[in-house]
Amino acid sequence: MENKIKIQVPVMADLAAQGKQPEWLFWVGSAGAFDDRYKKVTREFAKILTFLGVDYAVLGSEESDSGDVARRAGNEMLFQMQALTNIQIFEMYGVKKIVTCCPHDFNTLKNEYPDLGGKYEVWHHSSFLQMILAQRGIKIDSDIFSNNTIVFHDPCYLGRANNIYEAPRTVLNSIKSSKVEMPRNKSFALCCGAGGGQMFKEAEKGNKEIFIERTEEALATGADIIATACPFCMVMMTDGIKYKNSEERVKNYDIAELVSMALGL
Amino acid sequence: MLKQILFAFALVITLAVFAWTMRNIFKYFSFTKKLPLKQIPERIRMTLKVAIGQSKIFRFPLMGLLHALVFWGFLVILFGSIEMVIDGLAGSERALSVLGPVYDFLMATGDIFAAIILVAIVIFLFRRLFMHINRFYGTEMKPVSKADANLALTFILLLMVSLLGMNTFYLLECAFSGNKPEGVFPVSRLLYGLFEGMSPASIHFWHEFNWWFHILLIFAFANVLPYSKHFHVFMSVPNVFVSRVSPLGYVENMDSITREVKLMLDPQAVFDGDAAPPSRFGVADVEDIHWVNYMNALSCTECGRCTSVCPANITGKLLSPRKIMMDTRARMKEKGPGMIKKGVDFSDGKSLNGSYITEEELWACTMCNACAQECPVNIHQPSLILDMRRYLVLEKSAAPAGLNTVFANIENNGAPWQFSPHDRMKWAEELYMNETH
Repeated sequence: MENKIKIQVPVMADLAAQGKQPEWLFWVGSAGAFDDRYKKVTREFAKILTFLGVDYAVLGSEESDSGDVARRAGNEMLFQMQALTNIQIFEMYGVKKIVTCCPHDFNTLKNEYPDLGGKYEVWHHSSFLQMILAQRGIKIDSDIFSNNTIVFHDPCYLGRANNIYEAPRTVLNSIKSSKVEMPRNKSFALCCGAGGGQMFKEAEKGNKEIFIERTEEALATGADIIATACPFCMVMMTDGIKYKNSEERVKNYDIAELVSMALGL
Repeated sequence: MLKQILFAFALVITLAVFAWTMRNIFKYFSFTKKLPLKQIPERIRMTLKVAIGQSKIFRFPLMGLLHALVFWGFLVILFGSIEMVIDGLAGSERALSVLGPVYDFLMATGDIFAAIILVAIVIFLFRRLFMHINRFYGTEMKPVSKADANLALTFILLLMVSLLGMNTFYLLECAFSGNKPEGVFPVSRLLYGLFEGMSPASIHFWHEFNWWFHILLIFAFANVLPYSKHFHVFMSVPNVFVSRVSPLGYVENMDSITREVKLMLDPQAVFDGDAAPPSRFGVADVEDIHWVNYMNALSCTECGRCTSVCPANITGKLLSPRKIMMDTRARMKEKGPGMIKKGVDFSDGKSLNGSYITEEELWACTMCNACAQECPVNIHQPSLILDMRRYLVLEKSAAPAGLNTVFANIENNGAPWQFSPHDRMKWAEELYMNETH
């Protein structure tokens, strides 16, 4: 039986008080901090960071919403208030490198904060995991998923928005398991239906919910794990699996959870 | 000499009508908002890849290949059209044959491409007339849109028939007169045999007929295009050049708002320059759009690739990215003349955002960028959709209820949900990890 180690997640303010400046800011994001399902992903990713001895910290209560949803829902005023407030905090702590599990926050921090004066090196956890596993020469030899078939659903803000298609696949390929692709994959991938503020409002009248259309496509591949790399996609796929009464057969994980489990953390 | 005068006359009329049309279109552009063009080297690379290389049209491989062949063929055949204008004005025959082997090569390629384009256009027409291709349908595809598409295809079909006819009868005429033909014509050489029994007089007539028919059709086509969805022939290459080079997920910052927000955060904030706040936030009508949005609308050839991949449209919602572009163009066509007469403040009681495009359409977008990814000429539909949402939210406070709650929560507690910022570390409580070896 392995021993359990308690993790104390380092907070920027505490480190600053000790005169320390970590290499990485782990941007948790609102969903990562408050969505019950995605909190698990945040925990697993923190375990990976600890396991790999990454020099990082989070902002804790000083983090505020990135403003992505507000901006895409048309509330530019609110977006800019959020962005400028967050940038002030980043500047205060001398932040240079940021890693986040949320493709929406990744996109906003990386591509949009520079317009407001916040220029940082921003990484999505898929590219981060790809980089760091290779850099540290880590081979995942666990067999726990070797009887599973994984299908990856491309988050729009990782894929089309930022052209990152291979990083999450490379990470998944480091885990022994079968892989399949949906007919609409990579730049052809169908949105889960949650972007652009849809997550928080009723869908307009139509003949189907988008998340059902996408879940059906994922289920049709015969995979028993639907992997994602986005909090919104996670909610949509989870709902879809429930709607199709497939919870027994199919599970839904973030790539960070799969890595953490395969590493035995 | 008479032929030259007639030709010059036709050319002058063509250019005059074209100039008049263009003048109106440029005036319409002047009503739109300015946006500087930067990153020119990237734009050149993008134009070579997406426009000249046709990279995005190949996302539908089979039809993509046919379209690419038509496009590349047009580029080669354009050389012959320029020569026809020179011949028409100078009274010469095949004036550019002085180029020797280059000329032979271009003529041969053009002759082959004419046949390829002819076949491609027949396939395109067949698909439009006899097959039910989903993306050619939709609420925005009125009978006039379908007629427009078929008219453009018919024009091109006749252009290719007359080009091959011209080459074939040129070879026959040379054979009778004993002159060595200038240029090489592999396809027309094969057609030659079909007409060998004809008299020299009728061969001469048909050569002249095809020559005139071809060039006058080009002149007519050039002046029909600006009023057709097929304006795409002129606009798509420049449109790719001015399209965005930033990642698809990037949203343009509203600098006018940055100023106000900075003043709210710090009333002492100082700014250079004295940029007056705009009269309106977001897009209510065509005078609020950026010139690139209008360029996008003029370049749209209504192929429907965007709508065919739109998650909202696929699941039966009203939103159709193609309709956003078609509406923008139609609205400018409706309101533009009034603005030319009475200035940019002219109002007819209608607006793009509202009368043409409904809130239901705008709020159905997931900002997934599938439409923009698919567009063969790099139109970016989501930025216009977002600018219209901005108007609804910033000017009319007309967001759906769920989003208003999100706005209030973010303002009050820095998250879309009603959780205290102090609970942001709850996820890290009681976090244990296995010790591994």
